[in-house]
Amino acid sequence: MRKSFVTALVDIAQKDSRIVLLTGDLGFMVLEPFIERFPERFFNVGVSEQNMAGIATGLAEAGFIPFMYSIAPFAALRTYEFIRNGPIKHKLPVRVVGVGAGFDYGLNGLTHWGLEDISVMRIQPGITVIAPADSAQASSALKASWNLDCPVYYSLGKDEDSLVTALNGKFEIGNMDTVRDGDDLLIITMGGIVFEAIAAADMLKASGVSSQIAIVSCVNPPPTDDIVKALKRHKIVLTVEVQYVNGGLGSLVSETIAEFGLNLRLVRMGVRKHIEGPIGNQKFMQALCGLSAENIAQSALNTLKG
Amino acid sequence: MLSSKKIRELIITQSKRANVGHIGCALSVADILAVLYGAIMRIDSFDDPFRDRFILSKGHAALALYAVFYLKGWISEEELNTFYTNNTLLAVHPESAHKCVDFSTGSLGQGITFGVGAALAAKMKKSAHRAYVLVSDGECNEGALWEAVMFASHNKLSNLVVIVDLNGLQALGHTKDIISLEPLSEKWRSFGWNVIEVDGHDTVKLTDVIEKIDTTSGPPTVIIANTVFGKGVSFMENNLKWHYMPMTDEQFKAALSEIKQ
Repeated sequence: MRKSFVTALVDIAQKDSRIVLLTGDLGFMVLEPFIERFPERFFNVGVSEQNMAGIATGLAEAGFIPFMYSIAPFAALRTYEFIRNGPIKHKLPVRVVGVGAGFDYGLNGLTHWGLEDISVMRIQPGITVIAPADSAQASSALKASWNLDCPVYYSLGKDEDSLVTALNGKFEIGNMDTVRDGDDLLIITMGGIVFEAIAAADMLKASGVSSQIAIVSCVNPPPTDDIVKALKRHKIVLTVEVQYVNGGLGSLVSETIAEFGLNLRLVRMGVRKHIEGPIGNQKFMQALCGLSAENIAQSALNTLKG
Repeated sequence: MLSSKKIRELIITQSKRANVGHIGCALSVADILAVLYGAIMRIDSFDDPFRDRFILSKGHAALALYAVFYLKGWISEEELNTFYTNNTLLAVHPESAHKCVDFSTGSLGQGITFGVGAALAAKMKKSAHRAYVLVSDGECNEGALWEAVMFASHNKLSNLVVIVDLNGLQALGHTKDIISLEPLSEKWRSFGWNVIEVDGHDTVKLTDVIEKIDTTSGPPTVIIANTVFGKGVSFMENNLKWHYMPMTDEQFKAALSEIKQ
């Protein structure tokens, strides 16, 4: 998603001189198209994410639209208080780009995993939080949001190639997208794990279970109307995300169920444990945390059985 | 030039009216603010994007700033009297919702990073405006401050002027006992900054050295301002109690009479 995002950013920067790109010394083989085209609007601030967030605040106050780029935990967590007291407090159009969603940086370990970046960002007032499902949507999400007055957080996965065909790169703020319809249960998912959810739905179909799959890519403002509408059709909903279960998509859906007084069973699938011991790549880590297609399908079947 | 004496008088009367502390640190920066707002900064209108920016990175000294706003005629006495009351824009730390405050502060080590962004923006726009940032000495404990310091010198932000209010006290004691800063000037110099040491209560000297800074080229500048915590009220000077305590009636009378002398 990173490359398509940067390609779209170059197009936008071509048209709007307010776009500035900051990086905390990351983005090798990703940011070059921007750097080569707009060297005067690019700053590598060095390995200093807090300062990057402060600089972005100062630039945005002066009328620029700064994008600050780093790996998710460095972009979102190391900087968190600076983002809170900077762009959020001052309502400034700073764009925080966190790359590496969930376990994208599997073998790099916990320091590099994005397991709560979306959760902590979505609880702040006035920030738009976007987690594209694929690279086509990363591009369209940027085009739909770069000019917003408020701060924006983008969670970008590393997968450049996989595409959710039924999504067709669509993105609209405040919307949830159903990419497969079904009557027996609802799966609401977010980010690149959608491919596991789709694979799970295929397995379920083989067992005679038809699933609706919906993608939340605009996490904040939440697509409440769409979520409620979908929930009302079902008796069982599974949320599937590569974030800690407390605070993320599963929490958003449970808040919606409670606030609207809906009556259905929710299964929150996400990272539930403190990970210690051997680690592996993205697939390995997702399976370790019970987030493989097989795990999702099994969880759905178990819930259906009651 | 603004009157430091008037700023101090307002700090004392307002902190008594509001019955709050943070008096010592506000008194410490009165002369620096008198010089910046009285003689240095170019602010014709807060709507002018090319005005100088000021960031009170040590936000807890905000009362001194509000006294300046009043003396500049930017806020009324009525508004000044809302300091530390409900429904006010004049809180303990500066709130950017107030038209005269460029950036909200209160979390140490952040204001300077906003200032770096403001100075960088001015350079990118090829504007001559400057960013002035007032930090405390205890604030130099913050790692993020040094991130900003490195970036500013690397990018030759000549239009960034940082003033360190070197009063030697921080929240729980003397800086020399908590995290020793010395040699502070050497530290900034070794980070590539133009360093000027000055008596932070000598308004003539302060004005002279800040006026002479080349804000168009070269490195950023730091003014190491040697100050006295609680300056102007003998029983508050160098006494940490006045970071926290409000005044009794007797203390208020004594403080006011010393300042008015």
